[in-house]
Amino acid sequence: MTLKNQKALETMTEKHSDVEEIKIQSNYLRGTLVESFADSLTASIPEEDNRLMKFHGSYMQDDRDLRLERQKQKLEPAYQFMIRVRAAGGVVTPEQYIAMDDIAHQYGNKTLRLTTRQAFQLYGIVKWDMKKTMQAINDTLLSTLAACGDVNRNVMCNPNPYQSDVHEEVYEWAMKISKHLEPQTNAYHEIWLDGEKVVDHQQTEEQEEPIYKDIYLPRKFKIGIAVPPSNDVDVYSQDIGFIAIIEEGKFIGFNIAVGGGMGMTHGDEHTYPQIGRIIGFCTPEKTVDVAEKLVTIQRDFGNRSIRKYARFKYTIDARGVDWLKETLHERLGYELSAPKDFHFDHNGDRYGWVKGSNGKWHMTIFIQNGRIKDTDQYLLMTGLREIAKVHTGDFRLTPNQNLIIGNVTEEKKEQIDRLLRIYNISRGENASAVRRNSIACVAFPTCGLAMAESERYLPSLIDKIEILLEEAGLEEQEMTIRMSGCPNGCSRAALAEIGFIGKAPGKYNLHLGGSFNGDRLSVIYKENIGEEEILATLQPIINHYAKEKLANEYFGDFVVREGYVPAVYNGLQFHENR
Amino acid sequence: MQLQVRNSPFSEEQVQLLNQLLGKLTGTQRVWLSGYLTAEIATDMSAIEQEPTHMLQEVQVTETKEVTVLYGTQTGNAQSLAENFTEQLLGNGLKVNAICMNEFKARDIKKLTHVLIIISTHGEGDPPDNAIEFCEFIHSKRAPKLNDLHYSVLALGDSSYEQFCLTGKQIDERLEALGATRIADRIDCDVDFDEDAESWFTSISSELKELTAITPKNVANTTSENKVTSLYSRTNPFEAEVLENINLNGRGSNKETRHIELSIEDANLKFEPGDSIGIYPENDPHLVEQLMMSFGWEKDKEMTIKDHAWTIENALKHYYEITRLTKPILEKIASTFQHEKLTTLLQEEHRNELMKYIENHDLLDLIEDFSLQHTSPHQLLPLLRKMPARLYSVASSYHANPDEVHLTVGVVRYHAGGRERNGVCSTQFSQRIESGDKVKMYVHKNDQFRLPADDQVPIIMIGPGTGIAPFRSFMEEREEMGAKGRSWLFFGDQHYSTDFLYQIEWQRWIKQGVLTKMDVAFSRDQEEKVYVQHKMWEEKAMFYQWLEEGAAIYVCGDEKSMAKDVHETILRIIQEEGNKSEEEATAYLKMMQQQKRYQRDVY
Repeated sequence: MTLKNQKALETMTEKHSDVEEIKIQSNYLRGTLVESFADSLTASIPEEDNRLMKFHGSYMQDDRDLRLERQKQKLEPAYQFMIRVRAAGGVVTPEQYIAMDDIAHQYGNKTLRLTTRQAFQLYGIVKWDMKKTMQAINDTLLSTLAACGDVNRNVMCNPNPYQSDVHEEVYEWAMKISKHLEPQTNAYHEIWLDGEKVVDHQQTEEQEEPIYKDIYLPRKFKIGIAVPPSNDVDVYSQDIGFIAIIEEGKFIGFNIAVGGGMGMTHGDEHTYPQIGRIIGFCTPEKTVDVAEKLVTIQRDFGNRSIRKYARFKYTIDARGVDWLKETLHERLGYELSAPKDFHFDHNGDRYGWVKGSNGKWHMTIFIQNGRIKDTDQYLLMTGLREIAKVHTGDFRLTPNQNLIIGNVTEEKKEQIDRLLRIYNISRGENASAVRRNSIACVAFPTCGLAMAESERYLPSLIDKIEILLEEAGLEEQEMTIRMSGCPNGCSRAALAEIGFIGKAPGKYNLHLGGSFNGDRLSVIYKENIGEEEILATLQPIINHYAKEKLANEYFGDFVVREGYVPAVYNGLQFHENR
Repeated sequence: MQLQVRNSPFSEEQVQLLNQLLGKLTGTQRVWLSGYLTAEIATDMSAIEQEPTHMLQEVQVTETKEVTVLYGTQTGNAQSLAENFTEQLLGNGLKVNAICMNEFKARDIKKLTHVLIIISTHGEGDPPDNAIEFCEFIHSKRAPKLNDLHYSVLALGDSSYEQFCLTGKQIDERLEALGATRIADRIDCDVDFDEDAESWFTSISSELKELTAITPKNVANTTSENKVTSLYSRTNPFEAEVLENINLNGRGSNKETRHIELSIEDANLKFEPGDSIGIYPENDPHLVEQLMMSFGWEKDKEMTIKDHAWTIENALKHYYEITRLTKPILEKIASTFQHEKLTTLLQEEHRNELMKYIENHDLLDLIEDFSLQHTSPHQLLPLLRKMPARLYSVASSYHANPDEVHLTVGVVRYHAGGRERNGVCSTQFSQRIESGDKVKMYVHKNDQFRLPADDQVPIIMIGPGTGIAPFRSFMEEREEMGAKGRSWLFFGDQHYSTDFLYQIEWQRWIKQGVLTKMDVAFSRDQEEKVYVQHKMWEEKAMFYQWLEEGAAIYVCGDEKSMAKDVHETILRIIQEEGNKSEEEATAYLKMMQQQKRYQRDVY
């Protein structure tokens, strides 16, 4: 079967999109950012600069709850910036964690958001504080460069607490890939860190930006590394997914999956979520080279005319996986070897204390939707800060938006345990099995793309789904539920057993049929429905599942077996059978 | 023929030129010229009907006494009284000229024989901007003996301030000390000045009549009756429908600033940028109720005010001012009720205590603190002040929007004496007025705050807080008229995100080039307070350059701190950038003032 999506190819010859123009004109991401940030009459920056701002790790947003109200008040929208702080594999030191907390309190909205790509997000930073904030972040040796934008983003890596020595080794490669694919432009230093302006105009394109050139990539690019049996990074959702192969307790290299991606556009069947396809295996020392060559293929062949067809998955699907392999081998000058066997169990997190193979302890705590904040009832942010003050190991942000207090020594374990108890910090034990495995993206009020609520709504929807599950006697059943406020898919809802993708305020597409380990897409079961219909739709299926599930059969597998939805392992079939 | 009057509006140079010419004119030429000029004037002021022959007759009246009406005005009340009286006196056959103090060479006062002074007092007993120089001169050692001068003073003020009518009082005493003779006693007018001003004028005009030899038979009648104006005025306000009432401050602000749009459709009211709108507010019904309860008065009981029957409730709501106390009111109450405790408070040695009391208390407090519960409304209420109108600068342009007038109203709320106190008019807009309701309003002219006649002249506008209002009007006007000159606005408030009043409009005007440049200062967005004057200082080189290029400065807003600091900063800029001494800078700014290139509307 050779399925192809010609759309990305057909439209490539059309006029390049405005964003391409902005990138080329930007003088390696400088644009007019300095001037725009000096304009004191608006808290916003022009759209062209906002496009570039993403490469610097920040989006301009506004409080959408206040938009209409402020317009009536003759005030501009409540503009503010979200800053994404990159940390490959989501590993930070306690000092860095405390700095994030400080910055959130000093310049942000006093919350921290852990993202599905193991980054920190800071919200509510106003234009006038941006430079100070960026400097404070860089002072901690973290960076925001390339956290967003048409470049390689934060490299994800399984924070596996079980096999700590393997993790250490794999994580090194995540760091190396991240470093290698970082944009080289000096613009970031000039604009935010008062770095010296490079006045040497003789500098060639190769020197300024050897991998990306002045055009950068056609679209965002994501790389993630999984360590089986955990597929927590959702390796099939990545543009390049590296699957660590461990034989006899030794890390020997990576299987390489390419062309995964979650985003789609409502109403355009040429867009779809896609699952990465495994094209081979490479030994560790070749990893960076393989990543670079794949990135340059996307740079040279990706669609620059229509952004919704520009992701790597469409570049591949337009030409076929064989074409990709051929082109890659050509650029590498050697061939990848055949993929090795591996097995994934799950893509969620395991909570509580675990002793790693290095003898240190790791505590995974449950953070609902990745939001760290204090409320009257729950001083999560204060508690974590107190822990960070005494902690000597590291913190790891998980791809499920949870937090691991990693590498805790035997001596510190008790102290940290006591703090966890004092602040009543959840190890997931008080959350139901579905809640522990849930992910919501941010959506309203800050995300400019949101069509429906997500972070603010999913918890209350889960309350109601929990009742259905309890009535069916399934309260212990683990199940992934993910919600995204728009089809761009930050929460990777198209890989969930039950997925919700926002269409309009209060309305969602209901997806079913993803696998518990993240290797199969969920597909649209019902379109554009509200809460009442969501519950009415789910109830009989859940009851059916309770009655007729096989032993250890996950919900996603059940709905596929029972024919509620087809099994879709390739995004090219996502829109079939509907 | 020679021009001999000393109160003419001409400069000495102009008088010389005129006299050179007038001396050579034949009788026919003179008649022709007067007719020609009159016709020109008549075209300019189509409202005034006048036949050229009248002028011929008037020219013959050369031996009348000259009366000069000198006024110093901040909000325009003194000016409108001066102009009104002048017109009426002209009708009485006198040679009268009204001049603003800053257009009058103070030294020339010794050449005059009859002067009427109309002057207001501001803040802590300060004269209006355009009277500062005159006052300084009169009170200086250089002031000449004025033995030939006959004069009278009408002082305007607000009795809720300690230094009520101080400027008028000082001028009155000083002129006497310089040897001048009063035509009539000074009158100190409170905020509801109409009646007092009228009675002063009546006595003045009868005194003046005796001084004049000529009967008014030949003089053209130019009283206001012939002017085509709106039916509506301060004494006959228009009931305007509220079209829009929005809080301009975003969520989380410490402030509340209402944007009000009033419909003046069919009212035939005209206004210019710089004018104000007077609003007659209504007292808070809750406070009125508390008062009546405190007194035990029945709300439906009637009383007579100026031959009209009012229920007590309505009188308290609409007629009397109940939120402010003044020394004269306390004095009247003390004497009417033979009130010992109050009389004691009014003694000179308790002056500070009294002022403090007046500042922080209202009628309700007074009743309770001085046990006045048993007084009857008929006795007590007539001692109160009539509810004064509140003035708000117009924030829109008549030419852009002839059927509407917009206002920017800062809501006043504070805590004092254990109770929440509310600004009468502003909290009425904040809490009790919705779209569709009506408010009583009139147009209050203010010629002391006018855009340059030549729209090429660059303007610098400084208006933090609600001081922004007239500049929105300026911008709308200049946009509508397609004005060519550059413009520069300084605005400030507490917080950028919530208090940037009319933000999206300024952004649009900047984008379209109607507004050339804008600088903003938000005082509480950072540790150290930043105000408009700091922004001016940062831009001092360009600021001075604009002045050198003829720019006119406009300042609107808070008088006590802002206007003072801004004034000092302007002086410092002139000094530093113009390489001038302090005296030279002061002279520079004074000259600007005389050229109407430095105008203020401060409160």
